[in-house]
Amino acid sequence: MTEMSGADMVVQALVDLGVDTVFGYPGGAVLPIYDALFNHPQIKHILVRHEQAATHAAEGYARATGKPGVVLVTSGPGATNAVTGITDALLDSIPMVVLTGQVPTNLIGTDAFQECDTVGITRHCTKHNYLVMDPDRLGPVIHEAFFIATHGRPGPVVVDIPKNVQVATGSYTVPERIEHKSYRPQIEPDADPIAKAIALIAAAERPVFYSGGGVINAGPDASAALRQLVALTGAPITSTLMGLGAFPSDDPKWLGMLGMHGTYEANMAMNRADLIIAVGARFDDRVTGRLDAFAPEAKKIHIDIDRSSINKIVPVDIAIVGDAGRALDALIAAWQDRGHQARDLGEWWRRIDGWRATRCLDFPEKTEASAEIMPQRAIKALFDATRGRDPIITTEVGQHQMWAAQHFGFSAPNRWLTSGGLGTMGYGFPAAVGAQIAKPDRLVVCVAGEASLQMNIQEMGTVSQYRLPVKIFILNNEYMGMVRQWQELTYESRYSNSYSDSLPDFVKLADAYGWTGLRIDTLGELEDGIRTMIDTPGPVIVDCRVAKLANCFPMIPSGAAHTDMILQPSDVIGTMDDEAKALV
Amino acid sequence: MKIQTEAGERHVLAVTVDNESGILAKITGMFSARGYNIESLTVADISADHAVSRITIVTSGPPAVIDQIIAQLDRLVPVHSVTDLTDQGAHVEREIALVKVAGTGDKRIEALRMADVFRAKVVDTTLTSFIFEITGSSDKVDRFVALMRECGLVEVGRTGVVAIARGAEAV
Ligand SMILES: Cc1ncc(C[n+]2csc(CCOP(=O)(O)OP(=O)(O)O)c2C)c(N)n1
Ligand SMILES: [Mg+2]
Repeated sequence: MTEMSGADMVVQALVDLGVDTVFGYPGGAVLPIYDALFNHPQIKHILVRHEQAATHAAEGYARATGKPGVVLVTSGPGATNAVTGITDALLDSIPMVVLTGQVPTNLIGTDAFQECDTVGITRHCTKHNYLVMDPDRLGPVIHEAFFIATHGRPGPVVVDIPKNVQVATGSYTVPERIEHKSYRPQIEPDADPIAKAIALIAAAERPVFYSGGGVINAGPDASAALRQLVALTGAPITSTLMGLGAFPSDDPKWLGMLGMHGTYEANMAMNRADLIIAVGARFDDRVTGRLDAFAPEAKKIHIDIDRSSINKIVPVDIAIVGDAGRALDALIAAWQDRGHQARDLGEWWRRIDGWRATRCLDFPEKTEASAEIMPQRAIKALFDATRGRDPIITTEVGQHQMWAAQHFGFSAPNRWLTSGGLGTMGYGFPAAVGAQIAKPDRLVVCVAGEASLQMNIQEMGTVSQYRLPVKIFILNNEYMGMVRQWQELTYESRYSNSYSDSLPDFVKLADAYGWTGLRIDTLGELEDGIRTMIDTPGPVIVDCRVAKLANCFPMIPSGAAHTDMILQPSDVIGTMDDEAKALV
Repeated sequence: MKIQTEAGERHVLAVTVDNESGILAKITGMFSARGYNIESLTVADISADHAVSRITIVTSGPPAVIDQIIAQLDRLVPVHSVTDLTDQGAHVEREIALVKVAGTGDKRIEALRMADVFRAKVVDTTLTSFIFEITGSSDKVDRFVALMRECGLVEVGRTGVVAIARGAEAV
């Protein structure tokens, strides 16, 4: 127990919790904490240019390291600017602690300057939040906040700290056992459903693994366990957008991503399977398509750390509540204890090979050097050029995100950073900043759309300030391509407000911020351009001009079944009924 | 296009929570954010050290939705326990209402007579009004209030349901 100011306690708690980086932006209500951070020897503060970017950078840091991201912002507009990133972290289960300044306790509720009801505003977009009214509570609350952000299903936690609580002195205490008095997420799976699950897996004729972001959150060991279980059973595996990287994409058992822009083979396998083993995935509407046609013949095993995810959308036969890694370990142990051998799944694989033969990710393209670049080709070229360098890829939101998910191959977790649940344009670039801070020596590339990038483009200044070698690879189609694609599919190509008019000259913008900028116009320039991007030290922005009207296929239109995929442009009808139009 | 909703059954949930500020907003906000019904909700601190509150929620929905409501409540950090009293079987439900009736003459006498039948107590009276206190199931309170409408009802206040399981065990 040590007597110190509230601001010093905040910083001391961060040090004690092993925090090395804080993403933030100062203001009146956090000046005491900023003063305590001044020239701090252990904690590096990264000054962003907008608080939303601080939250996404913290998410990028968290996703790349598995450690919680930490954000520090002022009251009022500082806190409200952080809300999008907090919600993003909630939906993608990213561990994050956001410290917000608040007006002094005696002014709370008076509409004071830069007052907002931060705990009220963030109550339903955080896993938990606190308003600390007493400096003596700061130590225990901050330690508890980190515990909650990182235990069970990870998520964002907000700690709102009035300015006078930062200035007042009190005693800093660290709780003896850092846990919460009532929050007890189940980590170890129960034995009974494990035993039942392994019996089903051993007997299945058409099994498929469906893994998600929970496996990434459960740490690299969980990914290793997933690989082992898949190898033992010989079953095929698909994954959600958030789960990419948990299983290597060059393994023959990999079917590719499933869902709305998933592969034909992954979606068909889900539809025809007799057993689905969902691991850390939550049957999101982007994955299931039309629910009454989802996996009609399959028994379902669902492993999730959050009991409320189980039976939320799809009723399952066996529920395993617990950490994905522990559950996978338990399944492996049960499989080996019972001496199970992989069944002959030859018939199942033959059917899968039939679906694979559609080559659903192929796309039409011209091959001469002067041809326009197909966006899929640009991603493939980026993948080829970065092989062996173990890059971290972040994305913005739109067609480019889906093309990156389809055509970039991942072979390890924590290398793919994307906004899945909230689909937040403006996520990718600041997330790349956070990842680069966490992994200074790695190649970090943000695959961006020209529209999304502009939502947090001010962070070019942050990158320059900290001399981060972040690369931005823009698939510039001069459209909010994903919006335009839906308008083409649903509204007879009436492109209402989806053209990216008045774009900046990205090369000149690079110059203005002290970056390197380059532009790629034709297929012949693609490989050299990408090579230059990688070989140029420091930050680089690449304005890669791609085919403007390309669409992302395959696609399950919303409300359609897995078996009703649009595989190519000629399948598009161009109109939809109201029921389908009403779906997102 | 029509928007469809699903019919459901009534469930009484007993929820124990940390007695901290914002907890009610957290619970009711979860219900509204996810589109669940609240028919009634009562809350009071129940532990000697004032650390724990008990919330009784009457809700309705199809079985899968009730299941989700329980799971969603259970995952909230300040929630200690969630019990579905309806699912558990035998339990006692009570509600209190204060019912103000104004009038003179026959109406006044009729009100008093019916209050007697319902075992409602008179807790205040003036020459032109009564306040009745009635305790019972929500159904009984509903019936009493409906009758009082005919006898000069001017105001009613109800607590909402509190409920507890029969037998020796605690939730
Ligand atoms: C903050 C936010 N606003 C709006 C949307 C809706 N939206 C989804 S994709 C998209 C277009 C993205 O355009 P661009 O970044 O150029 O990517 P492209 O689809 O062209 O690859 C929009 C507007 C969103 N996802 N996020
Ligand atoms: Mg675009």
